[in-house]
Amino acid sequence: MSLELKNIEKKIGIDTHIYPTSLKLKKNTINVLLGSTLAGKTTLMQIMAGLDKPTSGEIWFDGENVTGMKVQKRNCSMVYQQFINYPNYTVYENIASPLTITGVKSDEIKQRVGKVAELLKLSAMLNKKPDELSGGQQQRTALARALVKDSDLILLDEPLANLDFKLREELREELPKLFEDRDCIVVYATTEPSDALMIGGNTATLLEGKVIQYGKTLEVYNKPENLISAKVFSDPPMNIAEIKKSGDICKFLDNNVQWKSLAKIKDGTYKIGIRPHNITTYKEGNNPVEINGKVQISELSGSESLIHFTNGNLNWVSLSNGTQQKNVGADTKLYMNTDEFLYFDQNNRLVKNG
Amino acid sequence: MNKTINQKAWYFVIPVFVLVAFNAAIPLMTVVNYSFQETFGNNVFAWEGTRWFKQILLSERFHAALGRQIAFTFIILLIQIPLGIAIALTMPKKGLGVPVCLILMSMPLLIPWNVVGAMWNIFALPDIGFLGHTLNSMGFDYNFTQQPGDAWFTTILMDVWHWTSLVVLLSYAGLNSIQPAYYQAAEIDGASRWATFRYIELPKMKKVLTLAILLRFMDSFMIYTEPFVLTGGGPGNTTAFLSIDLVKMALGQFDLGPAAAMSLIYFFIVLLVCWVFYNLMMKNEAKS
Repeated sequence: MSLELKNIEKKIGIDTHIYPTSLKLKKNTINVLLGSTLAGKTTLMQIMAGLDKPTSGEIWFDGENVTGMKVQKRNCSMVYQQFINYPNYTVYENIASPLTITGVKSDEIKQRVGKVAELLKLSAMLNKKPDELSGGQQQRTALARALVKDSDLILLDEPLANLDFKLREELREELPKLFEDRDCIVVYATTEPSDALMIGGNTATLLEGKVIQYGKTLEVYNKPENLISAKVFSDPPMNIAEIKKSGDICKFLDNNVQWKSLAKIKDGTYKIGIRPHNITTYKEGNNPVEINGKVQISELSGSESLIHFTNGNLNWVSLSNGTQQKNVGADTKLYMNTDEFLYFDQNNRLVKNG
Repeated sequence: MNKTINQKAWYFVIPVFVLVAFNAAIPLMTVVNYSFQETFGNNVFAWEGTRWFKQILLSERFHAALGRQIAFTFIILLIQIPLGIAIALTMPKKGLGVPVCLILMSMPLLIPWNVVGAMWNIFALPDIGFLGHTLNSMGFDYNFTQQPGDAWFTTILMDVWHWTSLVVLLSYAGLNSIQPAYYQAAEIDGASRWATFRYIELPKMKKVLTLAILLRFMDSFMIYTEPFVLTGGGPGNTTAFLSIDLVKMALGQFDLGPAAAMSLIYFFIVLLVCWVFYNLMMKNEAKS
């Protein structure tokens, strides 16, 4: 079983929403579509589901061309950012709804709903109506509706975006487990890199209607094919600077900071990408390099500290563990972990990680 | 916390008291006053107790007017609510069609009520009116000034023309507030068009429909101007609804006492029906 998009393109009027895209999703995988708002995640999902037709290109499912086949005939289910449930059905009736419509026997419905409800911790509220539930429970109901059907394709469109932080963390941890033993393809759209890392599986990075890179989540994170993919998969935003390499020595064009690089790449100018957690107030890695900065903003978020600082023309973000309170305007010393630098050539292609 | 005592705050409330007193409380109390007394003019009153109320409640004339009123309101609600929902469902959701439809729909609502009556009177005249003449030349024996059935037909048609738009606009607003994701979810479930309407659109429109039914009930129950101009309550008394009958009694016969008693009974019926209806509709809301 696999879902294959062959040269899918979507245009509405003169606007291109999805540029020609080919993607092959395999059976029993979770696939994350990662990209900011308007990157085309939802459009792509709607095309996968058959809710929307591509302008050109084909969709193949299990060796069968399903382009233009109506969504009712495809065995798929979808969960949305908003909590979508039938308002005057109880939780039980809501979960059972996809089965009742297709005419499954009532004992079987009872058994299947019971099982899914237990999995999603809804057993105690089967007789309640959706508007009597908390947001988290409403979304669990919507998830249960998607799971009860035994679909071949489950689409989750930012399902956690409207939940508050705690519920979100909780459900995010449960999600991968829910799909573990299922014979289906899961597609999960999100704007947050941390969601993708937590869920694992495969990730496709998207920007402005283009799929930039698709592969194993960790691989995409550690070895982004190009600068755009690296930027999409970095939050807080990635720090970028131009450097010049001659011999073993790399040096920023904007200041005098330099370091010894073992990277086996030709001499010349490169762009480097540094994730914020690789610039810290303490030394990390085998080859830490000191950089001076003037603090612009210093914010604490939980047990992490974000320090925005400038160094000449560079305007960077650093992310350190612990609570590191800095005064705005103060000069401070930071350390870059050069082991994890990403080197891109002038065409923005990755030439070396580390 | 200690409350500061500041009696000057009463000055803010007094204007409202005065306004409400002059436009609601005092006129209402005058009517109450008349309803318990007999008067022969010259400000001479004689106490009558509940005599007028008993007289009205037992009079066949009142029963007949109330019956006609209930039948009229029931018929127009039965037509306007489903028709309004149906039109709202077929209206476009985006593009140039939206403002065009909305403006066309609001037109009848903007026409003064007596103009509506006069328009339909001329429109329905059997000899020269477009509707009347057309019906007659098609072989129907149509004359709303002489045949009670035709008078009812014309009055109902006029009210449907005048007020269905209100139901359409309210339903349209209700429909537009439903997120597209609901329709997609139903589509994925394989729900039929009817199921989508029954289980998504109708429950989501519940609040605006409650409002629409209440407004239409009150307005139609108190209808006066349009049938007064169209049929004048005739032929005979066949389209004399409660308010038309009331005016006949108060101004035509100058029976102030019975007319005042009838006003109060009328007022309580409207209030009671609205209260019961609203509570029934909102019962489910309160549960959750």
